[in-house]
Amino acid sequence: MQTFNTVTGSAAPLLAANIDTDVIMPKQFLKGIDRQGLDRGLFFDSRFLASGEPNPQFVLNQAPWNTATFLVTGPNFGCGSSREHAVWGLKQVGIRALIGTTFAGIFYDNCQRNGVLVIQLDEAEFKRVAEASSIAATAQISVNLPEQRIELADGSVIGFEIDQLRKQSLLLGLDAIGTTLQRAGQIRAFEARHLADNPWLG
Amino acid sequence: MSRPRTLYQKHIDSHTVCTLDDQGHVLLYVNRQVANEYTSPQAFSGMREAGREVWRPGATLAVVDHVNPTAPARTATMPDAGGAQQVSYFEKNCRDFGIELFDVLDKRQGIEHVVAPEQGFILPGMVVAAGDSHTTTYGALGAFGFGIGTSEIEHLLATQTLVYKRLKTLRVTVNGVLGAGVTSKDIIMALIENIGASGATGYAIEFAGPAIEALSVEARMTICNMAVEAGARGAFMAPDDKVFAYLQLKPRAPKGELWTRAVEHWKTLHSDDGAVFDREVTLDVAALEPMVTWGTSPDQAAPVGGHVPDPAAQPDPILRQGLQRALDYMGLQPGMPLSDVVISHAFIGSCTNARIEDLRDVARVVRGKHVATHVRAMIVPGSTLVRQQAEDEGLAQIFLDAGFEWRQSGCSMCLAMNDDVLAPGDRCASSTNRNFEGRQGAGARTHLMSPAMVAAAAISGHLTDVRTFAQEA
Repeated sequence: MQTFNTVTGSAAPLLAANIDTDVIMPKQFLKGIDRQGLDRGLFFDSRFLASGEPNPQFVLNQAPWNTATFLVTGPNFGCGSSREHAVWGLKQVGIRALIGTTFAGIFYDNCQRNGVLVIQLDEAEFKRVAEASSIAATAQISVNLPEQRIELADGSVIGFEIDQLRKQSLLLGLDAIGTTLQRAGQIRAFEARHLADNPWLG
Repeated sequence: MSRPRTLYQKHIDSHTVCTLDDQGHVLLYVNRQVANEYTSPQAFSGMREAGREVWRPGATLAVVDHVNPTAPARTATMPDAGGAQQVSYFEKNCRDFGIELFDVLDKRQGIEHVVAPEQGFILPGMVVAAGDSHTTTYGALGAFGFGIGTSEIEHLLATQTLVYKRLKTLRVTVNGVLGAGVTSKDIIMALIENIGASGATGYAIEFAGPAIEALSVEARMTICNMAVEAGARGAFMAPDDKVFAYLQLKPRAPKGELWTRAVEHWKTLHSDDGAVFDREVTLDVAALEPMVTWGTSPDQAAPVGGHVPDPAAQPDPILRQGLQRALDYMGLQPGMPLSDVVISHAFIGSCTNARIEDLRDVARVVRGKHVATHVRAMIVPGSTLVRQQAEDEGLAQIFLDAGFEWRQSGCSMCLAMNDDVLAPGDRCASSTNRNFEGRQGAGARTHLMSPAMVAAAAISGHLTDVRTFAQEA
């Protein structure tokens, strides 16, 4: 998994509430058996006009947000379907972190498992980032994971919280399955006991 | 004496292999999972690339449901290349890794969350995870089910565990007696409208109270199923005698002495007296009316007797903009009575509402009537066994006589991954779970409601209060 340390880039505001994974990655892009080509599908109905041309009204089609590294997202971003394709698509266009107030649970976990940092801020702090990202001249920010802080263009700093387990995994790009399999013996012992206690589950 | 625990805490405690930190992370043992053809391929590819074995192949049941056609004549042919590739890779993966598969021609095929309970594959006290957000459905059986992404499916296949963070607990107590024509779908839609689409984010919901106890097991599944639309990462109910009766005759339920021992244990699966929840919500449903959505998020809902809201009344500019966008997408005017909304399509299906009781509800409404001439109305049963039962009970003939298409099972137009897709501007009364932009087809408009309400809309051609329809006793 790609590691995350300190990343600098532009932050694009997508401030509407409840942007769901159907909108992030529509159904016609879910028919693969690999992770390829999802950059094209990302926000497809918003990013492209019926003619297939980029929609100039959509923020990710406007400079400097067309090369965004971060998304600044409205509440409950990523709600709905469990489709991880939404996160794969975000990664494929170069999004490294999301900054918002609340995120849907499955989406949040999917980001974590793909090395995409999810930062949850309180309303007041979020508003500062949202305002900065909404103006082209101040949309450039830095996210420093080791020190858990966001640096805005005006030099001000906003700290954020993250579980240490998640932080370490992102910093080191750990293979979660490999890490868990180091406990294979423990899992096997638990399983044997669990099935003995609940024999109808065997 | 130990501290009183909630049912959620009991589930997590009894499935914790080990604690990973002091911030709530545990290595959680998962009893079972259900797999489908569209969220699993990359997980299996990951297993292949790393040369890993499936930890416990018997813990997974695989069902083709998302991409298959639902045309009345069943065939194994997938009409599009992508779907065909997903189904054939799914079959190969199940074969190579020793996982049981219900393919599209299997008599037990259907929507995973209809099939798994129907087979007795899900039992009280289990922890179940699956690559589909509506895995919360299993809470109605006293199991703890939750949706996961593809990376987590791979983790689960390889280790039978997940790295899991404990949720906060929310108890929703539902009081009152439902009126005629009002269903469990209306209860969950009212809750979502009440607490919002992220109202339960970070929580596991336990539903309790006399209105829940009064519901059938299938009706309870509808509630747990849609709890995810309020953001809940799990929703369940203490198993009771109705659940045990539901399970007893299922093919994979334990038999004989094991059954007796299992039931004895399952009776302990309830929150202890004095257990403390992080949050409590109470809902009284005595005066509840049938609900319909008017917007593009499941919390944008109102009683069918209500009106389309006016964005101008919303002081917050971002929320106002969101409301306006929803109305623009839905093609609705502020203040318009919801019962004036004319539909072009009616869809009865999905893991939320396509079980036999749902189809019986529909039959009561449509018997001897006919679908409005401008409406295309489809019924997609939740499983092939539900389809068979509906035919045996004579329901299918009632649907056909009333002008409904009577189709084969699958997820179908709930998310329109197969060839059941609406065109831009189509407006559908739908018994499904999500009214997102583009959910049933790019530019298509979805109004969520109960199956009986969809039936009434199909007949009258517009959103209608089902209680004004003469129903059989």
